[in-house]
Amino acid sequence: MFETLSHTALQEYWWFIVSLLAALLVFLLFVQGGQTLIYKLGKTADERNIIVNSLGRKWEFTFTTLVTFGGAAFASFPLFYSTSFGGAYWVWMIILFAFILQAVSYEYRRKPNNFLGEKTYDVFLFINGLIATVFLGVAVSTFFTGSAFSVDKMNLLNLTSVKMPIISAWEVPSHGLEAIWTTAHLAFLQNLALGLAIFFLSRVLALLYFQRNIDNKEIIERTKKCLKRNAVLFLVFFLFWLIRLMLIKGFAVNPDTQEIYMEPNKYLHNFLDMPAVLIMLLIGIIGVLWGLFVSIFKNKDNGIWFAGIGTVLTVLALLLNVGYNNTSFYPSTFDLQSSLTIANSSSSRFTLSVMGYVSLMVPFVLAYIVYAWRAMDKKKITSKEINSDSHSY
Amino acid sequence: MEHIDWGLVDWSRAQFALTALYHWIFVPLTLGLSFIIAIMETIYVKTGNPEWKRITKFWMKLFGINFAIGVATGIILEFQFGTNWSNYSWFVGDIFGAPLAIEGIMAFFLESTFIAIMFFGWEKVSKKAHLWSSWLVAIGSNLSGLWILAANGWMQNPVGMQFNPETVRNEMNNFWDVLFNPVAVNKFLHTISSAYVLAAIFVIGISAWFLLKNRNTSLSKKSMIVASVFGFLAIIYAIFTGDGSAKEVAKHQPMKFAAMEGLYQGQRKAPLVAIGFFGINKDEHNSQEQKFAFEFKIPNALSYMAFMDINAFVPGIKDLVHGNKDEGIISYNEKIEKGKTAIDALAAYKNAKKENNNELAETSLKTFNENFKYFGYGYYFGKDPHLLIPDVKISFYAFHTMVGLGFYFVLLFFLIYMYAYKNKFQKKKWLLRMAVWTIPLAYVAQEAGWIVAEVGRQPWVIQDLMPNIAAVSQIDQSSVQITFFLFLAVFTALLIAEIKIMLTQIKKANISNTNENKGGTE
Repeated sequence: MFETLSHTALQEYWWFIVSLLAALLVFLLFVQGGQTLIYKLGKTADERNIIVNSLGRKWEFTFTTLVTFGGAAFASFPLFYSTSFGGAYWVWMIILFAFILQAVSYEYRRKPNNFLGEKTYDVFLFINGLIATVFLGVAVSTFFTGSAFSVDKMNLLNLTSVKMPIISAWEVPSHGLEAIWTTAHLAFLQNLALGLAIFFLSRVLALLYFQRNIDNKEIIERTKKCLKRNAVLFLVFFLFWLIRLMLIKGFAVNPDTQEIYMEPNKYLHNFLDMPAVLIMLLIGIIGVLWGLFVSIFKNKDNGIWFAGIGTVLTVLALLLNVGYNNTSFYPSTFDLQSSLTIANSSSSRFTLSVMGYVSLMVPFVLAYIVYAWRAMDKKKITSKEINSDSHSY
Repeated sequence: MEHIDWGLVDWSRAQFALTALYHWIFVPLTLGLSFIIAIMETIYVKTGNPEWKRITKFWMKLFGINFAIGVATGIILEFQFGTNWSNYSWFVGDIFGAPLAIEGIMAFFLESTFIAIMFFGWEKVSKKAHLWSSWLVAIGSNLSGLWILAANGWMQNPVGMQFNPETVRNEMNNFWDVLFNPVAVNKFLHTISSAYVLAAIFVIGISAWFLLKNRNTSLSKKSMIVASVFGFLAIIYAIFTGDGSAKEVAKHQPMKFAAMEGLYQGQRKAPLVAIGFFGINKDEHNSQEQKFAFEFKIPNALSYMAFMDINAFVPGIKDLVHGNKDEGIISYNEKIEKGKTAIDALAAYKNAKKENNNELAETSLKTFNENFKYFGYGYYFGKDPHLLIPDVKISFYAFHTMVGLGFYFVLLFFLIYMYAYKNKFQKKKWLLRMAVWTIPLAYVAQEAGWIVAEVGRQPWVIQDLMPNIAAVSQIDQSSVQITFFLFLAVFTALLIAEIKIMLTQIKKANISNTNENKGGTE
């Protein structure tokens, strides 16, 4: 089946899969957002334990999706993997470091004799929630604003070259951190805006999730108060980022020569050239807004599903925008022709087709996740349940 | 190649070694204990005896404490291929990335989805659904081992691929060759069976401690019986697959094999050094022979172990470095020349293609293909070929420590099982103490195994095709130093936390009928 597809079709298919994983990851960042609200929503130890346990049964989904995203990116677009991870070293290291802190914190925070104390593990959870969301947002924004790197595969062969044998070289010493202070084309504003938008989105999703998952009047009352403020901040940063994105020059590819050039309003053009993607974006945004509306004005607890699906569709549409329609998805501001496209950075046709069969497992995986999620969330979490469970966090 | 920052290479290696060694403290217990727990829960479901439920929950609690830190240390490993070995990621991403992606999709989700039910679902799903979840966690964690070890096995014996001169990288041409690579198959089976051994020793050791303290005796006896049977079968299989792995090393990585045995002068009817200690030698670059101050040899055993033939020639380090015409071994200098020829020919091919000189492109490609086998050696052009020798002392000691402990574990399992069969082990205090003190030795054996595997193959990231100096990312050495010490500090703090929590849980464990509602382990 997959072996009959052209290399270009397989590249587009795999860009879709990687984008879908990234979109699911952004939705699942509600766990991180929730971690920044533990003390805001939980005024007593009992309330905090309810919040932590509500998140604690989902944190592994976020973690696993991140790891799977990394593996899928490595397998399908190895030049992106090597250029971005090896180049933007500090951005990725900070993100990974935040995830190390998260993984143990749930399990260890309330265990006796845990060496660092419960408060430290709660701080670890907060750090993870803040840093992972902001830096992931900044990292994704550079897909649109570009980074300073060069790629030359001949470096591997020229034994006398200064860069020998490095294929991808980051051309600024800050290794990715410059994304938050590069003034050219106001890139820092754009990147920070998405970082903060993702941060507030993760909090919004967390608040909606708590409303669905927790049975505790005090906590739910506080989520309602908190939701409005975070929703406004999310919308301000996201709309600023999105509107500006439609106005800036984008990194376009000449389909005949594969030459990269700057095109005014490229990302707006991409949406107009791909109406299905535009519709996906609009449905996504409406979904998020509807989720907020039913929660704030209708007092319902199912907002997470509208906002969650809306988030996935919005992120997916944005990533399809930057990957398809002759666009560079990881552009270089140092050397335009080093920019990465799904065509010049992908694995071979054979590997992508083999991996295509592997991707058929994704619906099966989603099915058992839905089963497990439903089984665990049939009843809302209560203080009584936490206190009677020997394995509670 | 004068531009190579050796400090950067060394620190990048140190960081990878640090994260891998820390990660491997926790993974084997996850791999083995998940199955032991699933077996215990199966007994509970089959017999309906609530004591087995309490026993299952007790080990599950320790499993959870260990699992969390295993996950924390694991995330760095995957991404480190990109962050610190970016050239490698491009050169072989077409092949190496696939197992990592499959690991995520096939194994990690299985493990992480059902672990929530395993921990929190006792009252939320049926008994059978919970039992299935426990088995799926065990299967998921072991499947992830399969894929990561397939990837590692490929680095030690690259198969199922061809080099594409257009893209300047290796590309997969046979997925099944990658998956069923004999090195990978042996590595996987040996690794998981040795992980089961560690988990069995962990359960036996803690149970023995309870028996010495005269606490939780029923739990301990039952756990010991399950673990000793599980462990005895596992250690027999680990020895069998370890022998298979050694044969694969002899076949595909002769330098590693020679270093593991400290064999400098190759020979037929080669003896096996069962026990050996090197003399003091200040040479840090392996250019001189490391001589044994004491050695106990078994005649002919090395030739037989490697090739099932006592007359087989086992090449030594000197044969491999300087060549041995009688045995058809070419020297490292010749390989370096050929590797340099391959690199130059590929560069000439690329330039000829750019200039549309088809004739030159064709001859250059032919030269490249003839010498590609030695491609990686070309990066050592103008350098001392002794740099291609791994650290002999570390390889030798790590290998012999692992093997020695492996045979000791056979004895331990045998004694435990024998006395358990006679229902006498509770009275054998010396055996119980021995079981407790064997827990750290099981970890030593695990780490030693990985040290052999990874130090012994240096300097190759991909055997014969890419040395570590050509694989590293271009980052400041100081950046890697900072992250190295950050990881060291955090991992050490978390390890201390893990040990303290685990010991506290064990010390306070009181398995009795009265606290069934609280899970029986409070």
